[in-house]
Order: sequence, then C-alpha cells, then structure tokens
Amino acid sequence: MSNDPIHQFHISKLIPIEIGGYDFSFTNSSAFMVATVVATSAFLFLTTSSRGLVPSRLQSISEMCYEFVASMLRDAAGSQGMKFFPFVFSLFMFVLVANILGLFPYFFTVTSHIIVTFALAILVIGTVLVYGFMKHGFGFLKLFVPQGVPGILVPLVVLIEVISFISRPVSLSVRLFANMLAGHITLKVFAGFVASLSALGAVGIAGSVLPLAMTVAITALEFLVAFLQAYVFAVLTCMYLNDALHPGH
Amino acid sequence: MANESGPDETGKTGPGKSGERAFRDDDLERRRRQLAETLAARRQGEGEGERGAKSGETTGYGQAVKLSSEFIAGVAVGAGLGWAIDRLAGTSPWGLIVFLLLGFGAGVLNVMRSAGVVAQVDPKASDKNAGDRDN
Repeated sequence: MSNDPIHQFHISKLIPIEIGGYDFSFTNSSAFMVATVVATSAFLFLTTSSRGLVPSRLQSISEMCYEFVASMLRDAAGSQGMKFFPFVFSLFMFVLVANILGLFPYFFTVTSHIIVTFALAILVIGTVLVYGFMKHGFGFLKLFVPQGVPGILVPLVVLIEVISFISRPVSLSVRLFANMLAGHITLKVFAGFVASLSALGAVGIAGSVLPLAMTVAITALEFLVAFLQAYVFAVLTCMYLNDALHPGH
Repeated sequence: MANESGPDETGKTGPGKSGERAFRDDDLERRRRQLAETLAARRQGEGEGERGAKSGETTGYGQAVKLSSEFIAGVAVGAGLGWAIDRLAGTSPWGLIVFLLLGFGAGVLNVMRSAGVVAQVDPKASDKNAGDRDN
C-alpha cells in the first residue's frame, strides 16, 4: 500500500453495474455498509437469541445499547418520542459499528465520506419535516417564530431561524465526516513517520519509537471518537425529533 | 404478608396482634420511603454521570470541530441560498450579499445555541434543557 494518507478513502468498484446511464456499481463502500448492517444484526440477534433472565456478558452489551439509546431518546423527546426508537437505534448502531469497523487496518470507513453522512442527516431532517407537518400541519412553522420578538424584527429573525434550520443537516453530517476523516488521516500520517524514520538506520529506528507511541495513543483516541460521534449524532437526532414533536416549545 | 403473619396470629391476643400489624405497616412505609429516596438519588446520580461524560466530551478538539462546523454550516447555507435565489430571480448580486449576511447571523446563532450561552427567548425549563443538551 502506498504511503498516501488519502489513498484509504479511495472508492473502487467491486461489481460494476450501470442502469440507464447511471452508475449503480457495488463499491467497496457498499460492501462495508453491508458488512456493518450484517455485523450489527448478527450481533444483536445472536446475543439476544438465548434470552437469559441473568444476562450473559454479550447479552448485557446488547441490553446496554438498548437502554442507552432508550434513555437518551426519552430524556430528549419524552415518552412520545419512543415511537422513533427503532429509527434512532438503527442510526446509532449503524454509525457506531461503521466507525468501529473503520478502525481495523485495511478496512474502509464508510462514515468518512460526506455523501454517506449527509444522506443520514437528510434522512433525519426529512423525518422531522414530514412528521412535523403531518402532526401539526402549518403549526409546525411556529418552530421558526420565537415568542417575544418585537414585530419589526420578526421577518429577520424568521429568516435567520430558517437558515439555522437548513444548516442543521449540514453541520450534523460535516461533524461526523470531518471527525472520521481527520482521525484516519492523522493516524496514517503518524504511522507513515514510523516507516520513513526507520529507513534511516539505527538512529531512525530508535527515534521511530516516538511516532509509534503516538500511533497507539491516537488509535485509543479514535475508539473514543468513534463512539462519541455516534453518540452526538444520535443525541442531535433526538433533539431534532423533539422539535418535530413539540414545535411551539 | 398475610401468609407471613398468619402463624403469629394464633399465639397472640387481639390488641397485641393489631399493635404488631401497625408497627409492621409503619416499618413498611418507612422502608418504602427509604427505597424511593435511594432510587431518586440514584437516578439523579445517573443523570449527573451522563452530564459529566458530556462535558468531558466538549473539551478542546471536540468542541473546536463542533463549534466551527456549526458556524461554517450557517454561513455556507446562507451563501448557497443567496446564490440559488440570484440564479432563479436574476437579482445578482443582492441575494448573495443579503443571504450571506443572514448566514453569518445564523452561524453565530448556531454557535451560541451549541455552546449553551444564548439566552432563550422563552425561558421554559424544556428549552433550557434543550440548550444544555445541545452541548
């Protein structure tokens, strides 16, 4: 493999498919999305298939995931929000498992491509919009009009609130994508230092201990980031769903 | 409870028995209150633990990425909207200028909301919580 830190994000076609002039190829990214879904479903299914009253270790991991997301959603959106639990739980598990799978050497990181994270964010905001208008009709637009604003300022404030709302999917997707991309590039660059330093002979090999230690530390940090970003994504999803449920505040 | 106290009843006189029961009810009430208190304390502790984890997350690098992405998203969306309006209505460059400025406003609003320093217009508890949770 080359020493180019960007090379790991390269998309390659595994099975080229073209329908009506559009490229529907099954890429390495698709393969890892499938792997993510299969790994998540298999883990949750296998660990909960022998439901013991006293859970085994793996079963308690599944239950912790469930409880974690359930309490997060209940805190943010109330018990009415629990109808969105399958959605939030799937999103959280997908992002978490995709991030963690990406940390294995030679594995592709699905969430390091902005189009993937943006599609997830659009899914969230689309759900918020559709559900908000379905439930409250045009009352949903109260979300954009804060109470207690002087009449002259209302148009300006509404415009700013609308732009702020539209920027939500952008910041949601950019945050996840940027964290994963930056983390993987940093890791690759420091690991590259080890190789290029140790080519310098005995002194280089002695010196390459430093970037090696750094690589180990960054790997640990990346595991933390992988979890945190999945958590942040899910928390923000819960908050936006809360806006759809209670737009008037 | 009734089964438990069943055997005792045979060996005791009326008043003694009722005194015993009253004592037990008191005891039960006390223990129930104690349990409620413990549960409440534990729930609060859990909430604090979660909050602690959250504030740990918002240090340094994480917070930098979060706040900058919020701000850039606001500006970028404002500029994009302005550009699209110019394209559609042919009002170039006014749409871009106006919406870029509005985008700056929205970006600052995003950042302040995200940092939890914006004074919510409607000082409801739920709003405050939402602001905190945005961190």
